[in-house]
Amino acid sequence: MSVLVILEERGGKWNRLSFEALAAGERIAGALGAPLQAAVIGAGIEKLANEAATYKIAKIFAVEHDLLARYTPDGHTAALEQLIKAQQPKVVVFPHTYQVRDFGPKLSTRFGKALISDVVDIKTAGGQVTFIRQLFQGKLNSDVRAAGEPEFVSIQAGAFRAAEPGGEAAPVEKVAAELEPSQIRTKPEEPFREAQRSVDLSAADIIVSVGRGIKEKENLPVVEQLASVLGAELAASRPICDNGWLPMERQVGSSGQTVSPKVYFAIGISGAIQHLVGMKGSKTIVAINKDENAPIFEAADYGVVGDLFEIVPAIVEEIRKAKA
Amino acid sequence: MKIIVSVKQVPARDSALRVNSAGKWLDESDITYEMNEPDAYALEEALQLKEKLGGEVVVLCAGPQRAGQTIREALAKGADRAIHVEMDEEGPLDALATARLLAKAVAPESPELILTGLQSDDLGYGQTGVILAELLGYAHATIVMEVEPQGSAVRVKRELEDGWFQNVVLPLPAVLTIQSGIKKLRYATLMGIKKAKTKEVKTLSAGQLAADTSSTTVMDRVYLPQRSKQTQILTGDAKQVAHQLVEKLKFEARVL
Repeated sequence: MSVLVILEERGGKWNRLSFEALAAGERIAGALGAPLQAAVIGAGIEKLANEAATYKIAKIFAVEHDLLARYTPDGHTAALEQLIKAQQPKVVVFPHTYQVRDFGPKLSTRFGKALISDVVDIKTAGGQVTFIRQLFQGKLNSDVRAAGEPEFVSIQAGAFRAAEPGGEAAPVEKVAAELEPSQIRTKPEEPFREAQRSVDLSAADIIVSVGRGIKEKENLPVVEQLASVLGAELAASRPICDNGWLPMERQVGSSGQTVSPKVYFAIGISGAIQHLVGMKGSKTIVAINKDENAPIFEAADYGVVGDLFEIVPAIVEEIRKAKA
Repeated sequence: MKIIVSVKQVPARDSALRVNSAGKWLDESDITYEMNEPDAYALEEALQLKEKLGGEVVVLCAGPQRAGQTIREALAKGADRAIHVEMDEEGPLDALATARLLAKAVAPESPELILTGLQSDDLGYGQTGVILAELLGYAHATIVMEVEPQGSAVRVKRELEDGWFQNVVLPLPAVLTIQSGIKKLRYATLMGIKKAKTKEVKTLSAGQLAADTSSTTVMDRVYLPQRSKQTQILTGDAKQVAHQLVEKLKFEARVL
C-alpha cells in the first residue's frame, strides 16, 4: 500500500522535475499514512539510485537492464509494469515530463486506468486524495479522483517545491527487468540540439513578450515599439513562434527559454502553464489581456484588462514622456 | 498509405467559459466550437503525406452531433471520408474511455498510420493517441515535428525538452501525436466545401461499438481558479492606465 514515485534520468543526469514529483509523493504518502518509495529506471544507474536514497523515502528500486539504456516507450512500460505488479503500490506518481507523456498513458492502460495527468495541486482530507488539474489551458480548474487502484498521476513542473535530501540513507533494491530485444519496437537515435541560440533572453533586464492576442504578424510593431523604448528584448509565447512570426529562439516557456528579468511584460498572453513555468521567476510581471479570467493575471503583479492595441501605445507614450 | 486522423471538436479559443449549474462541466449554451488546434496540424500532415504518397485519409471523430461540423471541415480540406462516433453523454469521458471507443472504430479499418494532435485544448489530457496505440497493439511516438515514411517503417523527429530533439524509427502500423505549428495549415477551398457534401460519413453510435466506457477517473468539480496572488488591477482609460503603470514601475517596483 505504498506511494511509488518514478524518478527520471537521461544519460546519468536527473530530470529536475523528478524531485518535485517526489515532493508531491511525500504529501500523498503523508495523507494516506503510506510508505514513500521511489524508482529509477535505466542502465548503469547505481550512482543515481544511491543519490536518491538520501531523500526521505523508505526504499528506492533501481530497475536495470541494458535495453533500458536509451528510453523507449516499450522498454520503460514493460519494466515498470513488472515493478508495479510486484510492489502493488496504491499510487504511482510521475513528473509530467515529455518522456512521461510518451509512456505514462501506455503504462496506466496496462492496468486498465487513465493517468491523471498534469496535476498542479493536491487536496487531502480524511485519507482521501483529490488531484487538481487545469482545463482549457489554465482558465478552469478541476478536482479529480481516481476510481480504483493503482492510481496513476503526473505532476506539472513548478507546482511543488522540489524535495530536499535528509535523514538516513534508504535501502536500494536492485531489480533486474525482464526484457527481450524483440519487445522494443522503436529505434531511438541520438538526441540532438539544433543550431546554437544566438539570443540569450536570460540575460535581459526587461522582456516584452507577446502572445496570440496580437492577432497578426503585421501588428508586431505595436509591441516592438514598447520593447524599443524600454531597451527590452522581444519574446513570445509558443503560438507566435509556431506561426513563424518571431524566431523560435525568442520563445519563453517549457519548450523555450526560462527567464527571470526585472520586468516581464506579458502582452496578449493568456498564461498557459507551459508559458508560466518559463517566466514566473521574473521580479515584476505586467500582464495586459482582454480576458479578465486569463490565468496570466494570477502570476502578474500589475494587470490591465483591456485592448492591447489601445493600451500598449499609451504606455509607449507615457514612457517617452517619463524619459524626456 | 492509409491514414486515419483522429480529431476532436473543442470550444473555440475565445469562448467565454462558464461552469454549468451542476459544477461538473461547462454551460454549453452559447459556446461556439472549432477543430482542436493540434488535431488540425495532424490533419495537415496527413493530407501532405497523401499528396506525396497517395492513399487515403480517413477522419475519425468522437463527439455529439455538433461535431459533424468539424468533420465537414476536415472533408472540405481534403480528407476522403469520415467516421463519426456519436456520443450523447453529459460531460466528457476520460481519455481511456474515449480511446476504447476510438480503438473499436479503428480496428476494422487496419490503417498504416494514425495521426492525432498531441493534446486537446479543452481537457488537455494528452493521452488519447498513446492509449489508442496500446489498445491496438501499434507502436507510437509523441510530440512529433516531422514525419518521413520509409517503406514499412516511419522515421519521425520528436521534440524533447529544453531545445532537444530526437529521431526515432518505428514500424508500421503506428500512432503519431503531432505537435502544433509544424506545417502551415491550409484553408478549405470553395470546391473542397462543395465536394465535402458528397463524401461518406459513417456514423457509429457509442452503443454499437460495445466499448467499455466506464470512467477510471472521476471529475468531481469544475471551477474558476482562485487567485492567490495580490495582483493590482489598474483601471481607467488607456491613458490613465498607462500613467499609473509607469508610476508604479518607477516608484513601487523601481524597475524603470
